[in-house]
Amino acid sequence: MKMNMMEPNTAEAETAGDAPSPKISARDVSVYYGEKKAIDNVSIDVFTRYVTAFIGPSGCGKSTFLRTLNRMNDTISSARVDGEILLDGEDIYRSKMDVVQLRARVGMVFQKPNPFPKSIYENIAYGPRIHGISSTKSELDGIVEQSLQRAGLWNEVKDRLNDSGTALSGGQQQRLCIARAIAVDPEVILMDEPCSALDPIATARIEELIDELRGRYAIVIVTHSMQQAARVSQRTAFFHMGNLVEYGKTSDIFTNPREERTKDYITGRYG
Amino acid sequence: MSPAILVLLALGLGLAGWIAARSRAYALSAKEGKRLHSLPSYHAWYVGLWAFVPAVIVALIWSAVSPQLVLAAMLSDPAAASLPAFGMTRNSILGEALGVASGSMQAVFDQRAAALVEPARAAMTKYTIIGVVLTLVVGFIGGAWSFLKLRPDFTARTRVERMVMALLLIASLVAIFTTFGILASLIFETARFFGMINPIDFLFGTHWSPDPMRDPAFANGEDYGALPLFWGTIYIGAIIAMLVAIPLGMGSAIYLTQYASPTLRKWMKPILEILAGVPTVVYGYFAALTVAPFIRDVAQGIGISSASSESALAAGLVMGVMIIPFVSSMADDSIAAVPAAMRDGSLAMGATQSETIRRVLVPAALPGIVAGVMLAVSRAIGETMIVVMAAGASANLSANPLESMTTVTYQIVAMLTGEGSFDHPATLSAFALGMVLFAVTLALNFIALRVVKRYREAYE
Repeated sequence: MKMNMMEPNTAEAETAGDAPSPKISARDVSVYYGEKKAIDNVSIDVFTRYVTAFIGPSGCGKSTFLRTLNRMNDTISSARVDGEILLDGEDIYRSKMDVVQLRARVGMVFQKPNPFPKSIYENIAYGPRIHGISSTKSELDGIVEQSLQRAGLWNEVKDRLNDSGTALSGGQQQRLCIARAIAVDPEVILMDEPCSALDPIATARIEELIDELRGRYAIVIVTHSMQQAARVSQRTAFFHMGNLVEYGKTSDIFTNPREERTKDYITGRYG
Repeated sequence: MSPAILVLLALGLGLAGWIAARSRAYALSAKEGKRLHSLPSYHAWYVGLWAFVPAVIVALIWSAVSPQLVLAAMLSDPAAASLPAFGMTRNSILGEALGVASGSMQAVFDQRAAALVEPARAAMTKYTIIGVVLTLVVGFIGGAWSFLKLRPDFTARTRVERMVMALLLIASLVAIFTTFGILASLIFETARFFGMINPIDFLFGTHWSPDPMRDPAFANGEDYGALPLFWGTIYIGAIIAMLVAIPLGMGSAIYLTQYASPTLRKWMKPILEILAGVPTVVYGYFAALTVAPFIRDVAQGIGISSASSESALAAGLVMGVMIIPFVSSMADDSIAAVPAAMRDGSLAMGATQSETIRRVLVPAALPGIVAGVMLAVSRAIGETMIVVMAAGASANLSANPLESMTTVTYQIVAMLTGEGSFDHPATLSAFALGMVLFAVTLALNFIALRVVKRYREAYE
């Protein structure tokens, strides 16, 4: 599979002049739940300023693999990860790795919006507070405003920052969760089917947002919707039964897949 | 007359109805050659219940009424005219006559009772026969009426469903009416007490020394100031006990839900719950025989010579241990009920486990935790055995935990088991104290339920 590793294509207008070194580089990664192998020998590179989409049928391991990238699998006691995952060249599974720092650098947005049952302000301020990013109240106010601005939520909530985050609509809650992830200034944002609980209008709003955020971060998104992958991503990886079948430019994957299985999935023959 | 016989009679009628209806249903289906609307067993239950339930209701009512009728018959007998007027002697004579008449006693001790045995026996026989006949007639009417309704298309199935629902309703009403009955008697006796003692003196007075031997006419409101009891109750049950139970209960809940491995949790939780199953009297002697002397020795060891062997501290500490399971199981449930997505969200922000617990899980679970603490408090202030054995009897209005103190529950026991007669204010004060306790625990439970309800709305 390692031949799938792609150099950024300088011919792509929007990414011209990108540095070619990968942000995250996974090498021969296997994940086990107890005896069961959920991910088999996956190698993949993820780049800053790209949206990388993971697609594949349910249970193919794409979410599992996503969660290895910020070690959220650590919370499942039976999960075990083999292989190497490098963030800026450093193995995140080495014993000295500070998981807390890792997760501040690799943020995550979940399938179902999960704002804390606190005010909108407190939801955003949570990360900066625990990481000691801001020292004064005005600095914190600034971070909250900037994060909400970037998540495109500021205009909707600026007059009610003290209302509960759980009182927002589903789409707003998800943007709040994105703003919360942005607030600690991560380098990578992982999104695990961020739109699957949202209606089409809220979904469109999130997709726009993902496109705007791409300029600053490396974004990895797991999605069930091939249309969504085609709309928002520049790179697409197709997973099937724990294997990475094909990884390449989104346009290539959708118009000219090399693998038969990819073609079958994309044309809707299974999955 | 034994109510058991009448109930058995009703049961027999029900069974007879059940069997008759079942065979009738089979016969109907065989004769008409088509399927019945309901299975034969539903027809059987329909008739069986109609025969049994009215009969058993009549039987129970009759069992409650007939002793009064027997008594009335005895008193109307000419032999009863010679009975003494004084209540106790009179009652014991009547009791002897009844005992001999029913066969539970061999012979009378008081000769005045002998003359009453015959009328008592006659009355009992008469009313027993009436009871049996009444039960049989009612049961038979119910059974026959329902039996005549059986048809192939009779909707026995839905009707049995409705009858079952009615029976379940009755079952739940029994508990509710019992509560109201207890409350009514409490209110009645409390009103009698407040007829003798000014409620203001009772609620706000600071001196408590009711004397049950003193003439009720001279009962003085100054001796019925219950404030030291309220203070003792709150100090032991709501302050000292909670200082023990909240940190330990919360700590164990957090450890068990967040840190313990599933195997460890599987072992530790039931063991912790055993604490809740220990009889309070066992905690009582543990407090009185082990903890209280230990506290006294330590206090004397550090130079507090006045420390007594009964102390609020001993009772409060042991009570705190007793209610750890209440706090921890409620806290455990409400922390576990916080969606896993909250925890993941916090961990994914780079929060450590303890930051996640402190800043996300506990605040989200707080309503449930508060409700658990309130239930624990209401349990603690109603607790009796520990304070009876370890806290002492002296009504002290003091903040010193080493002093002996007394509580509302202790004084209720003391007043009711004391020498005073039942119309003496000292005895009646037990009801007023019980009323206060009832009002406070009711309010705490009510608040706790409201809090839990709001919490549920937030997460479902």
